[in-house]
Amino acid sequence: MTTLTALHGNHACALAAIAAGCRFFAGYPITPSSEIAEHLSHAMPKVGGTFVQMEDEIASIAAVIGASLGGLRAMTATSGPGFSLMQENIGYAAMVEAPCVIVDVMRGGPSTGMPTRPAQGDVMQARFGSHGDRPVVALAPASVQEIYTETIRAFDLAERLRTPVTVLYDQVIAQLLESVAVPAPSAVRVRERKWANGASGWEPYAADDDGVPAMARPGDGHRVHTTGLTHAESGFPTQAPPVVDRMMRRLLGKIDVNRALIEKHETLAAEDAEVLIVAYGITARAARRAVTTLRETGVKAGLFRPITLWPFPEAALARLAGRARAVLVPEMNAGQLVLEIQRIVGHTPPVRPLTRIDGEPIAPDEITAAVRELAVHA
Amino acid sequence: MLDATPKTTCDQKAPFDPREWLRLAAMPHFMCPGCGHGIALRALLAAVHDCGIAKDDLAVVCGIGCSGRVGGYIDANTMHTTHGRPLAFATGLKLARPDLTVVVVTGDGDCLAIGGNHLIHAARRNLDITCLMLNNEVYGMTGGQASPTTAATRVTSTTQSGAIEPTFDACALAAAAGAGFVGREVTRQAPALKTLIARALRHKGFAFVEVMSDCTEIYGRKNDLGEAPEMILSQKADMRPEQHRDAPDQPFRPNALPTGVFVERDLPEYGERLRAHAAAIRGEITP
Repeated sequence: MTTLTALHGNHACALAAIAAGCRFFAGYPITPSSEIAEHLSHAMPKVGGTFVQMEDEIASIAAVIGASLGGLRAMTATSGPGFSLMQENIGYAAMVEAPCVIVDVMRGGPSTGMPTRPAQGDVMQARFGSHGDRPVVALAPASVQEIYTETIRAFDLAERLRTPVTVLYDQVIAQLLESVAVPAPSAVRVRERKWANGASGWEPYAADDDGVPAMARPGDGHRVHTTGLTHAESGFPTQAPPVVDRMMRRLLGKIDVNRALIEKHETLAAEDAEVLIVAYGITARAARRAVTTLRETGVKAGLFRPITLWPFPEAALARLAGRARAVLVPEMNAGQLVLEIQRIVGHTPPVRPLTRIDGEPIAPDEITAAVRELAVHA
Repeated sequence: MLDATPKTTCDQKAPFDPREWLRLAAMPHFMCPGCGHGIALRALLAAVHDCGIAKDDLAVVCGIGCSGRVGGYIDANTMHTTHGRPLAFATGLKLARPDLTVVVVTGDGDCLAIGGNHLIHAARRNLDITCLMLNNEVYGMTGGQASPTTAATRVTSTTQSGAIEPTFDACALAAAAGAGFVGREVTRQAPALKTLIARALRHKGFAFVEVMSDCTEIYGRKNDLGEAPEMILSQKADMRPEQHRDAPDQPFRPNALPTGVFVERDLPEYGERLRAHAAAIRGEITP
């Protein structure tokens, strides 16, 4: 039975992790994400899981990957500075294909920035933060309800695809109190990791058609070698160009093969929109209000809201943007996702940023004004 | 619920054959002629055998560097992680899988420089992990740069006119941070090294073993320390056995390091504590 309850964003995230079968959390205190760790420090032992506070964020993500390799669903939560520290090991998780969930509650940056103020400045860090090319999945919930559902989906995708998944949201939603429909535990579905079943000829990194290899657990007799070095299907390092090429293209291709599973977006009045707003997270809520206001006054505005930020749902956007006369991308940074939107849309119609970097959320009026201007000039 | 019982055991009474514990397909190994890491590897495998630990229940977690490559030759669950972080990875693994015997193989750079923070917290936390730090006093893998254990005056590629920084005493550091078991041995004394590692494996809690290894190719040659036999023989002169460890430093042997077991004390093991704490929260037992 679904229960309606009032939750803060970070609390919803913690409850969703437990509901998704997460049984290991390692973290390090950082504003504005600490409530997730605080809740899980008490909730995890109740369900037979493990909570550990590590010495820093590097150790936190390392412990999460260690637990994941041990067979558990595992998560950490942090904010921008901690997310930066985790990047090398997130790349390791991608390389060894260890499922895990990283929650990044975004605050004002760069550096220590504004710990108690919201921002959306980690969008590109989530995409390119780790060195080299790696598969990237990042989700951007826009409400407390969605933090709940997207955290569960993050585990589903991480386990299904054997890859780290980032949940990105900002300080406002993290500490917002909203009503959440919490589904019955039986209604929560997280696909089981694909486990090696002892079949002869099995290799640790030989993938099926979905690009995902079946995973061994210590103790199951496979005795696998796990390394961040570029490895062959056997799991052992290689520098043979054809093998490296094959392994890397399979690793990166895993995302493309499973796009339908990963991509998620929502639209509002987008089909006939002359000015299409692309907004995510807390900013999308201001954009939603702006669209309603604009439509009431006869301006054909619409909203495209990516819920999956990476990989960006580009085919869906390209179709709608192709019908618009202008695209507006409001975001709480100096213009990050707008670069991706410009890549997808090209020069026609024009794509314009609307940025705010002062630690305040973007208000509906700001979006309304920007759309009116575009509607006149575009 | 988490179960700390190992699933299988190996027959420790059968004679030890290293070939049974090695991934022979991974041979030849990459270690340089004369490198002490092979002696440490064999001592580790013999100790694991002596303790009756089965391959399937053994997890060896390594960092980066020459020491980091040692794990890949072991026919067990092996993890070659990121530079300096094997103890943090091992912490997650051991907490998730208390049924496994978790051994970390790390180096002086991996464990004391980039990973120094993880060492002191692993020692403080006292999770049941055995940590072998192979100390060859240099960054061998990257071409012989100075490490936190490079002795003063030694020539490396980043101390071309001689090192000037003080060195870390890794055992003193681990002991001060709270490790329940701390010991040091030299590769010259292979049987003693095996016995020391076996004691560390049997110790419940965090056990730290410093293995004085030799880097002949990168470090020995630059410092005119001779070939591998000379370097191995010279270990004796650089060491003070356990019974003499409180003797004052001798001026002509300023870097002489004591060997043996320095700390062996029963402390509450973190995993057990955590599981008991969780059971109390669930109301299953009275705290």
